Amino acid sequence: MSFQVTKDQGATVVDVAGQLVVTNRQEFKQLVLDEIERGARLLVVDFSRSPYIDSSGLGALVSLGKRMREAGGELRLAGLNEDLRTLFELTRLDALFPIFASRADALVAQSAAN
Amino acid sequence: MRWWPNPQRTDVMSTRVSHREGAPENPFGDLAEWTIASDIQAIDHVVDGVISFCASAGFSARHRRFNVPIALTEALSNAILRGNQNDKSRRVHITSSVRITPENATLLIDVTDEGEGFDVDNAGGSPDSPDWLDREDGRGVFLMRSLMDRVECGPAAGDCGYTVRLILYRT
Repeated sequence: MSFQVTKDQGATVVDVAGQLVVTNRQEFKQLVLDEIERGARLLVVDFSRSPYIDSSGLGALVSLGKRMREAGGELRLAGLNEDLRTLFELTRLDALFPIFASRADALVAQSAAN
Repeated sequence: MRWWPNPQRTDVMSTRVSHREGAPENPFGDLAEWTIASDIQAIDHVVDGVISFCASAGFSARHRRFNVPIALTEALSNAILRGNQNDKSRRVHITSSVRITPENATLLIDVTDEGEGFDVDNAGGSPDSPDWLDREDGRGVFLMRSLMDRVECGPAAGDCGYTVRLILYRT
């Protein structure tokens, strides 16, 4: 389980390698909060290397999405596998986040918005 | 114990696999048990073991990579953080077993804490609740129910504690 932050086309991308669960949610949350504090206003969380998320991980995303909206930015999700898409549909969180098939799609959408 | 030995971990107090007399043949054993300290860092160890157990019992890849790890992580974090109130002196006991009939196989995972328990039927919320989307917590029981075929709970056998049982049918 690890998180990697990169900058891509003006956006901040957080790559989640492994599950996002109760054991690492605080590390993930603090990492993203730090990026928001540094001025990130478009943040893409790339789940293409993540097998599953538990309720703690979902809760962290909800909290961060809210924080990002308050800061005038947007938190996007990318690379969800079929299982993770099911999870977001089950919890209706697919209505709360912009979800893209891939990191590239999430970044292209940024360009289109600009 | 050959497949997830980790004697250096202080948060995992015991791991045991056994064969019950008369139980169906299963090279992985038909009953696995763990006792862990109330430390969320021990969760992954138990989840990995139960997933291996499911593989040997023929449960599907989707069950192993999605349903079981999420539901079990929820049950364990509930036991540690709510049941045992994150008190590391309290333990959580987990058993994983498979009941095989001519028609089907059923996975039973019991997670027992040393707490007072909670009403799983009235815990958490529903995606239809007005405040659902903005809530940071409260999805754990909902996910357990959604990803398992059945979830049961009640006082543990013995003097104290509370057990949540996750039930999943092999498909």
